[in-house]
Amino acid sequence: MLNTVLDFVPEIPIAENTKKFTDWLTDTFAFLFDPIKENLESFMEFTADNLILIPPVIVILLVAVLAFFISGKKFGLAAFSIVGLWLIYNQGFWDHLMNTFTLVLISSLLSVIIGVPVGILMSKSKTAEAIITPILDFMQTMPAFVYLIPAVAFFGIGMVPGVFASLIFATPPTVRFTNLGIRQVSKELVEASEAFGSTGSQKLFKVELPMAKATIMAGINQTVMLALSMVVIASMIGAPGLGTEVLSALQRAQVGTGFVAGVGIVILAIIIDRFTQTVNTKNK
Amino acid sequence: MPVIEVKNLSKVFGKNPKQALKRLDEGMSKDAILKETGNTVGVNRASFSVEEGEIFVIMGLSGSGKSTLVRLINRLIEPTEGHVLIDGEDLAAMDKKSLRQVRREKLSMVFQKFALFPQRTILENAEYGLEIQNVAKDVRKKKAQEALEMVGLGGYLHQKPGQLSGGMQQRVGLARALANDPEVLLMDEAFSALDPLIRKEMQDELIDLQAGMKKTILFITHDLDEALRIGDRIALMKDGSIVQIGTPEEILVNPANDYVEKFVEDVDRSKVLSAQNIMKRPETINIEKHGPRVALERMREEGLSSIFVVDSKRNLKGYVTADDASEARKKDIRDIHEILKNDIPRVEKDTAMNEIFDVIYDSPIPVAVIENDKLVGIIVRGAVIAALAGEGEVKLDA
Repeated sequence: MLNTVLDFVPEIPIAENTKKFTDWLTDTFAFLFDPIKENLESFMEFTADNLILIPPVIVILLVAVLAFFISGKKFGLAAFSIVGLWLIYNQGFWDHLMNTFTLVLISSLLSVIIGVPVGILMSKSKTAEAIITPILDFMQTMPAFVYLIPAVAFFGIGMVPGVFASLIFATPPTVRFTNLGIRQVSKELVEASEAFGSTGSQKLFKVELPMAKATIMAGINQTVMLALSMVVIASMIGAPGLGTEVLSALQRAQVGTGFVAGVGIVILAIIIDRFTQTVNTKNK
Repeated sequence: MPVIEVKNLSKVFGKNPKQALKRLDEGMSKDAILKETGNTVGVNRASFSVEEGEIFVIMGLSGSGKSTLVRLINRLIEPTEGHVLIDGEDLAAMDKKSLRQVRREKLSMVFQKFALFPQRTILENAEYGLEIQNVAKDVRKKKAQEALEMVGLGGYLHQKPGQLSGGMQQRVGLARALANDPEVLLMDEAFSALDPLIRKEMQDELIDLQAGMKKTILFITHDLDEALRIGDRIALMKDGSIVQIGTPEEILVNPANDYVEKFVEDVDRSKVLSAQNIMKRPETINIEKHGPRVALERMREEGLSSIFVVDSKRNLKGYVTADDASEARKKDIRDIHEILKNDIPRVEKDTAMNEIFDVIYDSPIPVAVIENDKLVGIIVRGAVIAALAGEGEVKLDA
C-alpha cells in the first residue's frame, strides 16, 4: 500500500541515459580523444622506454644523491632510497617500476597543470567555488573503478585511460589546497598590494601565489600520493607497471608475488612522498 | 586647494545600503538601523579637507569607523555615497585603471601590522610600489635604498622582515610607502602595534621626516596622546561620524560635546598646552617714560610685588620689585635704571607647559613670555596649576 506511493514514478533510466551520454561523447569527440590517446601514449612509452634504458645503478645513485641534498644533507632518505630501489631491482620489478613512475609522473603533472588554475579561479570567485566544490566532492567519493569504464570508452586500454582515471581521482586536493592557500593570505597583505596599485595578475603572482606556496605544495603532495594509489586500479585496464603484478597475483592467488609487488609500490610511495614534502618544508 | 577633500563620504555594509542611508537622514541611530535593517553603518557622511603638508589625524575608538574611512579614501573599500577628491579629481567616480594610476603615483599606505611581504627581502619590500609600475631594476633599487636610508635601515637591505623587530619592520613599511614618492601618506594605526617607547621614537621620527619632506599625511589612531603629539589638526570620530575637527588645543580646550570632553579628560595637558594658552596680559612700565614712583604706584594698584619694564617697542628690559621701588622713593632716586633687575625667567610663546615647570619652580617673579624678543605675556604659578587641573582661564587666542 505504502509502496505504491514510492512506485508512483516508474524507475528513472539514469543508467541508460548515462550510457547514451557517454556513447555520444565518445562518438562526438572521437576526433579529440583519438589524437590525445595516440600522442600521449607514444610520449609516455617513449619516456618509460628511455627510463628503462638508463642503467639502474645510475638511477639509484642519482636518486640517493638528490635525496641527500634535498633532505638537508642527512643520510636517512638517501640510504632508504638505495636499499629500497635495489630491493625492487633485486626482485626483478625494475621495468615495472619505471612504467609506474612514468604513469604517476605524467598524471601528477597534468593534475597540477589543471588543478592550480582551477583552484585560483575558485579562490577569486564565490560562484566558482560554490559550483566546483560539490563537483570535487563527487570526483573524490565516487569509487575510482567507475572512472575506468568511460576511460576505456574514450581512450581504449593502456596507459592513457589510466592517466585519465587518475586525473579525475587525484586532481581535487591540488584544487582545494590552491583555493585554501590563496584565501588564507592575510587580508592586510592583499590590501597592501592593492593599495600600491597592483593589477590583478601582479597581486596574484607577486603576493598571493608566493604566500600560498606551502599550502599548494601540500595539496600537490596529496595529489601525487593519490595518483600512485591509482596505479593498481589502472592496471585493470592494461596500464603497465607494478600494479599489473599485484593484479595478476590476486587473480592467481600468489600471495608471495602480490606482497613483493605491493612492497615495491610502498617503497616508491615513501620516496616520492618524502621528496615532495621536504621540497615544501625547505621553502618555508 | 586642499590635497584631500572628502565630501559627504558614507559607507554602509550590508544588503541594502541606500535604505540605511535614508534612515540615517531621518535621524535614526547606527544601532537602531542595524536592528531594523541588518545593515552596519561604517562611515556616516564624513566631510573634511586636508591641506598640503599637513598631518591630519583621524582619531576614534575601535569601531568608530576610522579604519573604514581611510580605506574609503584609497578605495580599498568602495564608498556607498560621497566624494573623495585627490588634487581635485574624484576617486570615487574613477574607473579601475585611473584608480590604479592614482594609487601608484599619489597615495601610499602604511599598515597597522606592517603588512610586509615575508618572502621578500627588506629591499624588495621597499621596491614593491615601483616594481609594479615596471620601473627599471637599477632605478627602483636606488630609490628603495634611499627610502630605507631615510628611515635608518640602510644596513638591513638583504634581511627578511621576520628577522627584524616590530619598530624596524614598521620603518620598512614607511620606507616602502615613501619609495614611490607619493603626495599623500595614509597611515592606518601605523604605530599602534609598537610598544610605548618605540612608538614615541617613531612619532618623533615621523615629525622629523615630515619637516624635511612635507608630505600630506592622513594618520589614523585610537591614541589621543599620539594624535595630540603629531597632529596639526585632529578629527574625532564616533559611531562613524566626525564629531569635531580642530587643532589639538581647540579640541582640548573647547570640546564640542560631552563625548569629546570625556575623551580628553585624561589627557596629560602639560604636553599639549603651551605658554600662550596660560599666559596673562602683562602689566608693564615704560623705561623711557616712567620712574620708580610710577612703578610703585602701578604695583600698588594691581597688587603686585614686581613689574616688568619694557621700551616703547615692548622689548623687555628688566623688572623692578616693590621693595626696591619704595627704597628708591625714600632715597629720592629718579632713574629707574638704578633699580632695574635683569635675571628674568623667560620662555617662548610655544614652550610646552611641562617645560615651564622647571623655569617657574624657583622663580620669585612671574615668567616672561617672549615672541621675537618682545614681551607678549606673563605666567604666574597659579595659572600653571589651574591649567593642569583643567580649569581656570585657558585661552587660545593669545
